[in-house]
Amino acid sequence: MALMFSLFMQGIQMMLVLLVAPLLVGVVRKVRARILLRRGPSILQPYRDLWRLLRKETVVARNASWLFRVAPYLIFAAVWVAAALVPVFATGLEFNWTADLLAIVALLGTARFATALAAMDIGTSFGGLGASREMMVASLAEPAMLMIVFTISLLAGTTQLSEIANFVASQPIGLRISLGFAFTALLIVALAENARIPVDNPSTHLELTMIHEAMVLEYSGRHLALIEAASATKLLLYMSLIISLFLPYGIATNEAPLSLQLFGMLVWLAKLGIGAVLLAIGETVVSKMRLFRVAEFLGAALVMGLLSMIFLFVFKGI
Amino acid sequence: METSIDISHFLAGAVLALSFVLLYQARLFALFNAFAMQSIALAMAVGWQAYSQGASHLYITAALALVMKGMLIPGALRWVVVKMGIHRQIDPVVSVNLTLLLGVFLVILSIMVVFPVAKMEGGIAREDLAFALSIILLGMLMMITRRNAIGQVIGFMSLENGLILAATGAKGMPLVVEISVAFSVLIAFFVFGVFIFRIREHFDTIDVDALSEMRGDAE
Repeated sequence: MALMFSLFMQGIQMMLVLLVAPLLVGVVRKVRARILLRRGPSILQPYRDLWRLLRKETVVARNASWLFRVAPYLIFAAVWVAAALVPVFATGLEFNWTADLLAIVALLGTARFATALAAMDIGTSFGGLGASREMMVASLAEPAMLMIVFTISLLAGTTQLSEIANFVASQPIGLRISLGFAFTALLIVALAENARIPVDNPSTHLELTMIHEAMVLEYSGRHLALIEAASATKLLLYMSLIISLFLPYGIATNEAPLSLQLFGMLVWLAKLGIGAVLLAIGETVVSKMRLFRVAEFLGAALVMGLLSMIFLFVFKGI
Repeated sequence: METSIDISHFLAGAVLALSFVLLYQARLFALFNAFAMQSIALAMAVGWQAYSQGASHLYITAALALVMKGMLIPGALRWVVVKMGIHRQIDPVVSVNLTLLLGVFLVILSIMVVFPVAKMEGGIAREDLAFALSIILLGMLMMITRRNAIGQVIGFMSLENGLILAATGAKGMPLVVEISVAFSVLIAFFVFGVFIFRIREHFDTIDVDALSEMRGDAE
């Protein structure tokens, strides 16, 4: 019975991350539009877009190989699994033993690899261009991400996400300077990984600037729906990751009664809402940077990660 | 006590992080904003030290940092830049990423230098000294990696921020107020030095100025 309940909660989390992700994108777009004094589409628009894409005919280029057709499913699956592993409303869910920070980084890396391969598969210039840019961003973002992972794992003594969240939520760790650096670095990495504004603009198809959109330009119909859903889920994943690593307060444990779990869910949704508003504000006040500035931007994330590691070692004795 | 140390570390760390932000900037106005932010963070750090040590004269230092370096000097520099039509792009001597990495090495170096030396001090002063020394070294790094005179002034002033942080971290430093006033005057002097230097450059040189006028740099 306990196993059933546990599996049930895990299933709820899996569905929840999938269902909330388009809403999150919708909220970000809506807030951005309101800041720019536009009315903006309804926050439910991403759902409608996905539904429309799912019903549309899927066009595949003549010279596309099987890779092109398989990639969307692979990307979607990898991102979904990764998002289901991040503890959002409760720690210690059934599959949390697999919820390793390194595993999540690897799953996202797999998704990115598949995207880049599919982009090059068609052989158009945009695909190759997008893929090479994406790989450049990834090669800079991943070391920074790993630095953050190492710092946090050293602090908590484990790489397992739900235990880290428990540790941060229960221990009075206070204002650690290394955590501050790691937080900043993770913010930068999250912006880069989700193709948000200082690095990439998610709402443009301008050939000079696009990274992620250039790679998925050839997709249509249900393939595109899967990819869009995957990128929305990825945004949710990174936001939840930041929340569960640095602000896991209010998260429930697995043994907690249903009411506490529901409370954890509400708190998580509220944090996501605040995160969406902050992201929208940030995207409005900051402008997209030149592609060659991105290397410096992500280099700064790597430096922050390094510093957080150094300070962790320095202050560990105290 | 534990939280007090945490907060003072956090604020000092914020000042250090803003030193890296300074190193990262490529535009003059963004540099001024970052410097103003660093000075405000410094004022908060000093104010916290004043509160936790119960040393009321440190409040004066904090206020000086806030008003002079958080508001007046960035404003004055902005005025100078607009007035003189100085080129607003900072050209670093080495690439930004390399500068940042060098900065990390300087931080490691200062930690390695300060920790054995100040071992008997223990606790709060040791970390603050390490932070302050890294800020000083980063200021120097900034001065040697910028071709732009204004960038060098900002580097110098962030170095001075580090000095103030070092001075306030240690308990019982009565001369701090005087020192910081003296340094602020020196900085103002430096600012005007650049001012005059720029005017002279503007009128004496012929070739470069003609070129920069064609670029739309000067009026």
